[in-house]
Amino acid sequence: MGWIRNPKDFGSGCLFAAFGVAAIAIGSSYPVGSAARMGPGYFPRALGLILLALAAILLIRGLRTQGSRVAYGDLRPILIVLGAVLLFGLTVLPLGLVLATILLIVVSSMASHERNLKEALIASIALAIFVVLAFGYGLKLQLPILPPMFTR
Amino acid sequence: MDLISNLALGLQVAFTFQNLLYCFFGVLLGTLIGVLPGIGPVPTIAMLLPITYALPPVSALIMLAGIYYGAQYGGSTTAILVNLPGESSSVVTCLDGYQMARRGRAGQALAIAAIGSFIAGTFATLVVAAFAPPLAEFALKFGPAEYFSLMVLGLIAAVVLASGSLVKAIGMIILGLLLGIIGTDVNSGMQRYTFGVAELSDGIGFVVVAMGLFGFAEIIINLEHKEHREVFTDKVGHLRLTWAEFKEALPAVIRGTGLGSMLGILPGGGALLSAFAAYTLEKKLAKDPSKFGKGEIRGVAAPESANNAGAQTSFIPLLTLGIPPNAVMALMVGAMTIHSIQPGPQVMTSNPQLFWGLIASMWIGNVMLVVLNLPMIGIWVKLLKVPYRLLYPAILLFCCIGVYSLQNNVFDVMLTVVFGVLGWIFVKFECEPAPLLLGFILGPLMEENLRRALLLSRGDPTVFVTRPLSLAMLALAGFLLLIIVLPAVRKTRQEAFKEEAA
Repeated sequence: MGWIRNPKDFGSGCLFAAFGVAAIAIGSSYPVGSAARMGPGYFPRALGLILLALAAILLIRGLRTQGSRVAYGDLRPILIVLGAVLLFGLTVLPLGLVLATILLIVVSSMASHERNLKEALIASIALAIFVVLAFGYGLKLQLPILPPMFTR
Repeated sequence: MDLISNLALGLQVAFTFQNLLYCFFGVLLGTLIGVLPGIGPVPTIAMLLPITYALPPVSALIMLAGIYYGAQYGGSTTAILVNLPGESSSVVTCLDGYQMARRGRAGQALAIAAIGSFIAGTFATLVVAAFAPPLAEFALKFGPAEYFSLMVLGLIAAVVLASGSLVKAIGMIILGLLLGIIGTDVNSGMQRYTFGVAELSDGIGFVVVAMGLFGFAEIIINLEHKEHREVFTDKVGHLRLTWAEFKEALPAVIRGTGLGSMLGILPGGGALLSAFAAYTLEKKLAKDPSKFGKGEIRGVAAPESANNAGAQTSFIPLLTLGIPPNAVMALMVGAMTIHSIQPGPQVMTSNPQLFWGLIASMWIGNVMLVVLNLPMIGIWVKLLKVPYRLLYPAILLFCCIGVYSLQNNVFDVMLTVVFGVLGWIFVKFECEPAPLLLGFILGPLMEENLRRALLLSRGDPTVFVTRPLSLAMLALAGFLLLIIVLPAVRKTRQEAFKEEAA
């Protein structure tokens, strides 16, 4: 894409524009009211419009000024790290804290350049014990520790 | 004198066994996590926040403040020994601190950092105690129009003093304000931007935003680079400073303290700006500036004192105006709200024990920092040897549990992932996330004050410029924007931040 000369500005412009459009579009059903009696739609619409204006500046800058390319780099870390967190969120209630912890640690460990499955397993078990003692018994967090189906 | 009786009240509160204990735990935990490379004070506080929920408000805030100084100071230790800033305000400490360590003077660097921080902390505590009450009294006269203009000024000043593109930073504020709107509108009871999701009707938790944008995104970015660390663990050496070294560093400590105390009060100031400014000042004043960057003790003493002083005085706008000047203070606002304390000028009168107890505990926290750090440096050094591949999964785990425990809610954990993605995109597009967090915290307050101001003026927008105080603040905000746009200032600003990148 040769015409985008400053991808970082252009990208942030697109991002802001998307949020601005979304804010106005979704908020279009909220009553705006008047300045003296502001409805729930007044402030968000104003913000959306400002955001769009800023986005326009950034988009123009993206086309007119010269800037370095966006270095996306390795996509493994973001996918694995956030995937592991998502997995923790999905598993912690049905499987309990112990198993969810082990899963989170082992999966997220794979994002490192120096991944080591055996080490990750040992670390996950140690952390699971710590977490159960500290958060389960210590701070009395409301979380199942073992899979609920076994504790019944 | 009022000041003394107030401080006495504060010391009384802070010196209870319980509060001393929480202050100690806060400093200890803060240092522990702050020492770990790549975790700044924001994720540290966000991560440890849930621990403080069950505490009484005074103890909780004392502990959080302790965590903040601990994290701040822990970051310096990492900077000196590993050349990896634990957080952005230690970037400057890396320059000379690491060089001192390479020359076998790590012990001296750590010692002057601790002593400088202590002197700065003591002075800054007095500054807070002296300046907070008159400012709070002044702020009590503010009406909604003044508050709105003050928030505009605060947000603008915060981005003007920060690095990076101005347009992007303002965009980030607006985005933060918009995200702050999500939830139930207090006036009409209408659900805004909740998409019918019940978990969103109370709005997005600020910990979710902070953890995603700062915590997760930082971990991901760290993982994209191969680890490369050189730790001076065996060469810490003795911590004693010679008299000559102390005499050399003391003026830098004093100058750093003064500068840091002043800059900390400014919105957007706080630790980071103070440290940079202090370092630059020392370099300018030095007879032989070429020594800087090669292990000059004053290059450690000044920024370390300044960042501690700045960290402390940045409590002033929070405690007196209820306006957080930086991301850490934004988290403090959130923490206060959780304990149903609305930060603002009324805290001092309605809750003097909390107000003065917190201030007194700042000083106690600083004493504890010195006590904790110098003799226990060996333990922190061992922590530095733990490889990142073992650290970050554990950090992720504590983040997840912390976020879950906010409302015992899995939805929040998922939402943090969304903010993690956003945070990553922001880093790639070079958009600073801190203004977003400020906007997010101030969003509801700003809308409320705008609404009230215009209601009182019957819809007449000139209310913001006809009231002299409000006009002054808006004019100052405009002036700040103007000087940034002017090319001459822009150039020096870019140069000032080039040193940061280098």
